[in-house]
Amino acid sequence: MSEEFEPKIVGFLCNWCSYAGADLAGTSRIQYPANIRVIRVMCSGAVDSVYVNRALIEGADAILIGGCHLGDCHYLNGNYKARRKMVLLKNILETLGMEPERIWVKWISASEGQKFADTVKEMVEETKRLGPNPFAKRWNV
Amino acid sequence: MSANKTIGAVAVIGGGIAGVQSALDLGDMGFKVYLIEKAPAIGGIMAMLDKTFPTNDCSMCILSPKLVDCSRHQNIEILTLAEMKGVEGEAGNFTVKVHQKARFIDIDICTSCGDCEAVCPIKLPSEFEQGLVMRKAAYKYYAQAIPNAYLIDKEGVPGYRGCIDCDACTKACKAGAIDHSQKARDIELNVGAVILALGTHPFDPSIKKEFGYGRFKNVITSLEFERILSASGPFEGEILRPGDMEHPKKIAWVQCVGSRDRNIDQEFCSSMCCMYTAKEAVIAKEHESDIEPTVFFIDVRSFGKDFDRYIERAKTEHGIRYVRSRISEIYEKDCGDLQLRYEDMEGDLHEETYDMVVLSIGLCMTKDRSKILSDLGLEVNDFGFAYSHQKDPVALVRPGIFMAGSFMEPQAIPESVMQASAASAQVASLLKDSKGSLVEPRPEYPERDVSSEEARIGVFLCHCGINIGSKVDIPSVVEYTKGLDNVVYATENLYTCSEDTQKKLVDIIQEEKLNRVIVAACTPRTHEPHFKKSLAEAGLNPHLLEMTNIREHCSWVHSDGALATEKAKELVSMTVAKSRLLEPIPALKIDVDQTAMVIGGGVAGMTAALSLADQGFKTLLVEREARLGGALNSIHYTVEGIEVQELLKDLSSRAEEHENIDLHIRSNVSNITGYVGNYTVNIMKDGKESEHTIGAIIVASGIKEHIPTSHGYGKDERIVTQLRIEDELSETSSLTEGETFVFIQCVESREGLRNYCSRTCCMGALKNALKIKELNPRAEVYIIYRDLMTYGFWERYYKQAREKGVVFMQYDIDRKPDVEIGEKLTVKVWEPMLQEEIEISADHLVLSTGMDPADGNPELAKQLKVPLNQDGYFLEAHVKLKPVDFSTRGVFLAGSCHAPKFIGESIYQAQAAAARAATILSSPTLEAEPNIAVVDVDMCSGCRTCISLCPYNAIESVTEVIEGVEVTHADINEGLCQGCGTCVAACPSGAIHQRGFRDDQILAMIKALGACSLGGGS
Ligand code: FES
Repeated sequence: MSEEFEPKIVGFLCNWCSYAGADLAGTSRIQYPANIRVIRVMCSGAVDSVYVNRALIEGADAILIGGCHLGDCHYLNGNYKARRKMVLLKNILETLGMEPERIWVKWISASEGQKFADTVKEMVEETKRLGPNPFAKRWNV
Repeated sequence: MSANKTIGAVAVIGGGIAGVQSALDLGDMGFKVYLIEKAPAIGGIMAMLDKTFPTNDCSMCILSPKLVDCSRHQNIEILTLAEMKGVEGEAGNFTVKVHQKARFIDIDICTSCGDCEAVCPIKLPSEFEQGLVMRKAAYKYYAQAIPNAYLIDKEGVPGYRGCIDCDACTKACKAGAIDHSQKARDIELNVGAVILALGTHPFDPSIKKEFGYGRFKNVITSLEFERILSASGPFEGEILRPGDMEHPKKIAWVQCVGSRDRNIDQEFCSSMCCMYTAKEAVIAKEHESDIEPTVFFIDVRSFGKDFDRYIERAKTEHGIRYVRSRISEIYEKDCGDLQLRYEDMEGDLHEETYDMVVLSIGLCMTKDRSKILSDLGLEVNDFGFAYSHQKDPVALVRPGIFMAGSFMEPQAIPESVMQASAASAQVASLLKDSKGSLVEPRPEYPERDVSSEEARIGVFLCHCGINIGSKVDIPSVVEYTKGLDNVVYATENLYTCSEDTQKKLVDIIQEEKLNRVIVAACTPRTHEPHFKKSLAEAGLNPHLLEMTNIREHCSWVHSDGALATEKAKELVSMTVAKSRLLEPIPALKIDVDQTAMVIGGGVAGMTAALSLADQGFKTLLVEREARLGGALNSIHYTVEGIEVQELLKDLSSRAEEHENIDLHIRSNVSNITGYVGNYTVNIMKDGKESEHTIGAIIVASGIKEHIPTSHGYGKDERIVTQLRIEDELSETSSLTEGETFVFIQCVESREGLRNYCSRTCCMGALKNALKIKELNPRAEVYIIYRDLMTYGFWERYYKQAREKGVVFMQYDIDRKPDVEIGEKLTVKVWEPMLQEEIEISADHLVLSTGMDPADGNPELAKQLKVPLNQDGYFLEAHVKLKPVDFSTRGVFLAGSCHAPKFIGESIYQAQAAAARAATILSSPTLEAEPNIAVVDVDMCSGCRTCISLCPYNAIESVTEVIEGVEVTHADINEGLCQGCGTCVAACPSGAIHQRGFRDDQILAMIKALGACSLGGGS
């Protein structure tokens, strides 16, 4: 793997916890790599598998689904549903030959700016190890 | 209250954060508000601050939307350069006399272009910038000033003359706003109530000669340092010392300047200086990492919520050096450096050299404030501040006049905000009959139909001072944006949220016929409503706005400018892709059940319920125990003059008898469903359940004393907690001479898992120490403490205790006192002066263990879907500006379930929660959640997958005949749907869309990102 490889990460963050956690990382000026692009959704439960697939096809090297801690979802239990959905999706992707480690599901609360920053750092490092997404722009859906 | 009809208007005197909060609360409740400010603009001291602790939020960023709301509120009239000259009449019907100076510029005409300033030849020191730079005689108070207009200073300031009537400005002003003949005017306002929120004055340290302020250029005040830190301040956020404009490296902060000082008759603690000092030191280091801050302090009073963790981070993560000491003198060396002479805790003298010294000044009462108090016939306390009783802290002795903010007592922002809302609640009770009598209905802006138009997108990129612009190359992002499809307009602003930019935004939308607007700035979580209002004003559906966060998610977290700029471009391009597909969302109104429920019948719960009931709202009060009062039941006496048991009797009998209160004791809330305005709650009593409907909820679930395991607790009867010793002392009539009591503070507190201060235990120890001395002056009392948290006016009891012979010994966390149990209790304490351990032989050992959150909090938090902080206390929506709101609309909090606090503090916080709830309950309808899910009936296969997944039971299956065919499809209840999007993601037919987050919109964002960069690296 070349050292230049900079992974591209797409993050789907729920409005109430993880997006606020990312905001807090900002207000606390906690630095992290600029590899992530965040898409705000109301709840992690609203993240459709199609979004994740689309992002992978478009060439994202890793995906973050960030939600409230289990039990804390602003909408009761959307994050449980997200977890279930992502387990299924990982299985499917694995059978297709994609490393399931590219999909990260993390519970990050509004007071965990540091955790958000650490998660991004960790994702960048791990994804560098994995190398570029093998599916990137290879499919035409 | 008089029998005559009251006047539905209120005069709020003082336009700082407290006055602004009161004005907004009362305006929202339906009162006419006059907001009277002496300065040329509202905002007060908070507007001068760079950041706020403990979240390091940018002060202007969080304040500015409130100021703008004030100026846009149709029920609020702002009078600047105006001073109250007297109040006549009585509660319900006052005449307030106001003198308003001439501005010499017409606010309505002034476009804030600054042409007058450019030609004005006169220079004076800028008050707002603390004299660090000069301003003109024609000037604007500060960049984001509200009202957003210039003024001409004809009076000048001591040593400097004002306008010389050269008339250059009149010629320069193209708008013709200047009127040199304007006269001051005297106004009489007819109002039902008055709120005094005049603030106080920062202490002038030049009278403390030993610190050299005023003589040595590089000795500055903390407020001057705030301006230096500020991106919009005199040095644009660069840290320079005023003496020679060099970068200082070693900076010392000296705490308690003008506070806790007997020599200058300022014996109170100013409460906020310890925390802002830590904040200033941390931010300084963030600006320039090679700065070495040292803080010279007596105690670190980190008594507030999450303060201890902040101080710990300041020390460990940011490497701020803390030296417990007393400064004896500062003198200047030839090069402008400063020599500090101090004595440490061991009694040793030291000298150190610093490049700059910041004096952490407190607040003080000034002569003109004292005069206002005496003119109004109000009593003052021993510190010269307005007297009020802890039983009702915001009420003054003259009925109908209330107070809030640091005019009441030096304190930080959240307390000021709570008192402001508390004063609003009191006013609302007093004037409940005339609510809404003097206000006009909210303007409805006609909405342009854009459905047939092609997308015309306007993009507004914000520099946010230098917050964004210093990292992200905004001009290049603007250029890039202009090249994107459908973007017909792109521009940059210094502060997109400022009032003048908002006005411009409205104009541009209309001129350019925009039908989509993008603001690339800060987080949508705080500023979106603000921009949406501007869209509405411009005739666009507010949901045609989309924001992208290039500050919190970009410039603040990526120090590499090139990468941050690239990211900003991609974020904008994604947002443009979504924006093309935006559609108007119709406004939905929900009905509001104008009643409330308060959970918890302690002092906060009872006060909140009574306040709502007095305002005319039916209120359920639910208490788990058989008797009301909560923690008050275990308190026997206070030092501050509250007869606790009397207060308890008074509150509980009023709660029991009030016609608007439906009291449920020995009851639990077993179930809560619904949403703001429409909750259904089940209350369980003796195994029986009753069902009620309400519109708003206040949580006041209280607190409990922490039971320790260390220091021999449980092994010997003589080792007790604070509450237990109070029990014992209240039953004792005498103590023997020489009977020895030792109090150890911060036991199992402010460290490890319980790393927070319980705020009340130092005073608890002092209270009991004073009681002991009262029972027998010859009894001996030792208080072994880490930092004595007698903040604000509590400091007076610290002094009293010392005068009575209570011995105070300080310990550090790494040298905790030890206890040995024998015939006597032996307490071993390290004595730094003697450099040895001394032994105290004690008859009683009292452990101040602090408070733990109530056991039921996690369960309650789940039921209500509201968060707890890591210590188990309820987490408010915003620590500074929304201290009693939850982010879930319709739910509020009060009392020590928020964090440990005193009785008086619980009382005003409870009134504040009642005021905030009243802003919802005052109107029979409320605007609904816009981002709800909608079913596309044609696509729905009727499979029912969504029905079982919906967490709110908002979806039903319905069968209807459409065009002669019978179809079964899902149907979503607009009032119940909360817009989580779960059903959308689950629908196998793609038949459900979430408004504002439609599938095609999100996929467009992903595709746009793909087109920009994804895959490009491989
Ligand atoms: S709202 Fe955060 S996961 Fe549901």
